[in-house]
Amino acid sequence: MPALLEVDRVSKSFGGVAANVEISFDVRQGEILGLIGPNGAGKTSLFNSISGAVVPDSGEIRFDGQRISGLPPEECALRGIARTFQVVRSFDSMTVLDNVMVGAFARHGRARAAMKLALETLAFTGLASRADTPAVSLSPAEKRRLEVARALATEPRLLLLDEMLTGLTPTEAQAGVALIRAVRDRGITVMMVEHVMEVLLPLIDRAVVLNLGRVLTTGAPGDVVRDPEVIRAYLGDRYAAA
Amino acid sequence: MSLSLFLQVAVGGLLMGLIYALVAAGLSLIFGLMDVVNFAHGELLMLAMYATFVLWQFSGLDPLLLIPAVSLLLFGAGVAIYRLLIQRALSVRFNRGMVQIFVTFGLAILIRGAAQFVFSGEFQSINKSWLSGRKLDLAGVFLPLPQLAAAIVCLIAFGALLLISRTEFGRALEATREDRDAVALIGIDRDRIFALGWGLGTATVGVAGAMLAGFYYVSPNVGANFALIAYVTVALGGFGSLMGALVAGLLIGETEAMTALFVDPALKQVGMFAIYLLVLMFRPRGLFGTM
Amino acid sequence: MEAVPARSAQTASPARRRRELVTGAVLLVLLALLPLPIHDTYTRNLIIITILFAGLAQAWNILGGYCGQISLGHSLYFGVGAYVSALLLTRAGVPPVFGMLAGGAVAGAAALLVGWPCFRLSGHYYAIATVVVGEIFYLLFLNWDFIGGATGVNIPYKRALGESWLWMQFRTDKLPFHMIVLGFAALAWLVAWLIEGSRWGYVWRAVKDDPIAARSLAVRVFPSKMAAAAISGFLTGMGGAIYAQYVGYIDPDSVMSGQLSILIPLPAVLGGVGTLWGPVIGAAVLIPLSEVSRSYLGGSGRGVDLMIYGGLIVLVALLRPQGLASLLAWRRRDARAA
Repeated sequence: MPALLEVDRVSKSFGGVAANVEISFDVRQGEILGLIGPNGAGKTSLFNSISGAVVPDSGEIRFDGQRISGLPPEECALRGIARTFQVVRSFDSMTVLDNVMVGAFARHGRARAAMKLALETLAFTGLASRADTPAVSLSPAEKRRLEVARALATEPRLLLLDEMLTGLTPTEAQAGVALIRAVRDRGITVMMVEHVMEVLLPLIDRAVVLNLGRVLTTGAPGDVVRDPEVIRAYLGDRYAAA
Repeated sequence: MSLSLFLQVAVGGLLMGLIYALVAAGLSLIFGLMDVVNFAHGELLMLAMYATFVLWQFSGLDPLLLIPAVSLLLFGAGVAIYRLLIQRALSVRFNRGMVQIFVTFGLAILIRGAAQFVFSGEFQSINKSWLSGRKLDLAGVFLPLPQLAAAIVCLIAFGALLLISRTEFGRALEATREDRDAVALIGIDRDRIFALGWGLGTATVGVAGAMLAGFYYVSPNVGANFALIAYVTVALGGFGSLMGALVAGLLIGETEAMTALFVDPALKQVGMFAIYLLVLMFRPRGLFGTM
Repeated sequence: MEAVPARSAQTASPARRRRELVTGAVLLVLLALLPLPIHDTYTRNLIIITILFAGLAQAWNILGGYCGQISLGHSLYFGVGAYVSALLLTRAGVPPVFGMLAGGAVAGAAALLVGWPCFRLSGHYYAIATVVVGEIFYLLFLNWDFIGGATGVNIPYKRALGESWLWMQFRTDKLPFHMIVLGFAALAWLVAWLIEGSRWGYVWRAVKDDPIAARSLAVRVFPSKMAAAAISGFLTGMGGAIYAQYVGYIDPDSVMSGQLSILIPLPAVLGGVGTLWGPVIGAAVLIPLSEVSRSYLGGSGRGVDLMIYGGLIVLVALLRPQGLASLLAWRRRDARAA
């Protein structure tokens, strides 16, 4: 499988604290990649570099063979990288449909076309019945779904999900998993940061484990969780004993 | 131009800058605590000046001695404003930012109208006090004593504010500012802290107003001009920063004085506004701002 | 300032948008007929000022309401429009009809120049910077002798030209000016209506609610703000030019004072920011109320009018934070018919 996204020796520090050190890995076309690691491992910082929110200090990020590191977020979005946020950022003065239409306007200039795409996306994400609800009155699970819908409406090739399943009830999380699979089945590559391991492991094709800003290991989810180093760094003694 | 004239103007700018700084400190304190810009700040200053004027008329006491009474009055006004208006404005679901601006702005008009109703629109001033008309001669540079006293009181007030920020109450203020919701969990009543914060902010203006009344005319519209300078000072220093208010106040005072001296007295405010815009180009959150 | 709901959420369905356009057209016709049975100059003047402020508030609303950039310096654009048009007329003999467009264009350019540095600031820093910019130009105009300084500019009635729409001069009749301000307010409303239904309307509201999320959805935030500022500035400048022609005399105090920067957004805020009808309703309530209280109570010079005016602002802001327009509840129950 060809690499859609190449992260090539990316480093980033904030005020002297290294968040990412020489990080390299590929995201392959059509896969679901899990980015895991303990708190402070540098996952969100890496997400921000890939989506253009911050500029890496060194190294390069290539999307579809072209350098994107250093581009502003709107340019990354135009090239096909969409994202959700760890702390939900819905447009609270707008309806659910309006929220998704903002995303749809990335590819469609006319309101009619944008609304058509937005309604399709809402149907796909299971929010169709909430189209006219103000975003502010959605439940937390629905808000996360709305962020996915909004991101999908930009017609991305790579979707970055930042802790989309965290804090959901088991039922809601399972519905989220089903949605992510459906997204991948549409041919959209998914890269996700997640804490809920038992939900994540069956879902992802490969995992990249970060610790202290560096890549600890990369591989199939079943293999990386058995890696003693990973167990020590991330899962802790609780799991190492088990 | 002689050196003594230059020094004279420089010292004048310094003395005025300290007053600006103190007026701004009250505004900055309230902002830093709850992210509310009080657009009635100038009118509270005007109220403090009128309070001083009235108390002086009735008691004949020197404005210097009236500082505690006036700041206490303003403290009460601040708490009342918070309890009656701001607390409600903070709890609205829609347009919170705009509601704050226009509630305090409406209050400003209300206070101005009330002052006009009670005192009429005429200019009034305290023409008899211990210090009025006296000057200190420092090698050819004359320091008007009312201004000098005002500057000293301002410095003392700044010291007091810094001390307060180190007390238990100050730490509670700080905690409330950092995380409004978390403080509720450790038993701090957010609204009580905010009300006291408002009181403290307006009491600060009370001190400034009492001093200002000693050498500046009073009228219902006197607040507007000082308020604009206070907003500029606070934004220049950085919202919520006490030190920022002090430094920015002095900078503004000096710029005003120097523009008047070297360019044109009519354009003295253009000078200070230009400095402000210039600084903001490089530091969008002011000199000491973090928010 | 937090990203708080600034607008009762509703998606613009084609059916609702058509209905709004029809409502607007009906209101336009009614307003055009309104002065016919009214003959006293005071009332006609009051109606003209009210409509003018409805248009100005709508112009502000485009930047402040839809795009969420709370400008408190719109007196600059108003004043620039007034001065450009008045000076073109008195110095170069350019008819005000063209002067009005030139005034709007210069004001729009001024809004871009102000926006370029100021849009990098956020929240209160932006609001205060706009106050300061407005104040700087007020002081500069006050001291700029070439354009009349504090004396201002007088626009004389030219007998030779007579009553003329091209020259926008009418000796006693206020009816033509009624039609002119109505046309202006209708234009501002129409622009807002067009924006609401277009990409810009959605993108600007996204910028207002959460610029970071907006950027992740390919929204160019800075150009969006600049576009909103240019349109808002242009319309405000046009309003200033019309006002100059209407009153026949301008000076920095009457067209550039900081007070004006509050008066322009006030109807939008009270009526409902970021809504189509908010500025209209806000002006219809606020301007007559303040004018009437000023003429009946203000004469004493005792500030009763100010107290009522200020108290009203406080009450509406607290009791109807989403604006008076939200009282028209039928608009919210609308079903979407996409």
